Amino acid sequence: MNEIPISHILFVSTALFFIGMYGLFTRRNMITMLMAIELILNSVNINFVVFNKYLYPDKLDGIFFTIFIIAIAAAEAAVAIAIIINLYRNHQSIDVEEAEEMKF
Amino acid sequence: MTASQIIFYLISAFMLGTAILAVTTRKIFRSAIWLLFSLIGTAALYFWLEVEFIAAVQIIVYVGGIVVLIIFSIFLTQQSGQRMAKAPITRVIASVLATIFGFSLTFLLISQHSFQLTEKPFDWTISKIGMQMLGTDRNGFALPLEVVSILLLAAMIGCIVIAIKSNPEEK
Repeated sequence: MNEIPISHILFVSTALFFIGMYGLFTRRNMITMLMAIELILNSVNINFVVFNKYLYPDKLDGIFFTIFIIAIAAAEAAVAIAIIINLYRNHQSIDVEEAEEMKF
Repeated sequence: MTASQIIFYLISAFMLGTAILAVTTRKIFRSAIWLLFSLIGTAALYFWLEVEFIAAVQIIVYVGGIVVLIIFSIFLTQQSGQRMAKAPITRVIASVLATIFGFSLTFLLISQHSFQLTEKPFDWTISKIGMQMLGTDRNGFALPLEVVSILLLAAMIGCIVIAIKSNPEEK
């Protein structure tokens, strides 16, 4: 199982993180921005599991962090989608540029 | 290259390719489907790492829960066949530069750091996870578990309060 060096797995998770970052920078639609955030959270989960498996195999803390992050991501997605649906009802748009009622 | 290495690179290429498609395609419904494939690829990576429990949780919560929620909200809020507006070219160039610089910085940091690997096998079992999850001793996670359950309850009530339809005469 140690045929793949740990750094290659970390490169993959870094690439996933920055792909999510790119999506967050370029998209202006709230649902697609939420998807980019899910990608970023996924890359963090991979990091936790890999560090736990390769560096501290006698502990389980990375697995617990991953489980808690998955639970919090689910709660976050549900709240975000409720906010998006409410915003759509009031503005007929979910573009972040047009949601400026609470500005200043 | 052994079969395990080939499988790892195939899974990584699948995951990253579908993730790139998810953030660049201009049809929002396709974007959600590509995200679904990327999350399945992540679950496959967990299977490859032999942490089957996390892979199962990933499939149940992300693929079965969050993506379905996102698809529902797409159907509730917009015409899914419509193309989204293209991002301005300056924003695309700036984002690509920012991500490439950030990636290369992290790449350098990781490649120059020497990790102290151990040869011990990773021994996790579901019963061990369960015992530690509900343990109240020094390594137990009983308090975070309770906090997360309160958070989920608060999120559930908050979602209902935010998304509830108010009476039309009140508006």
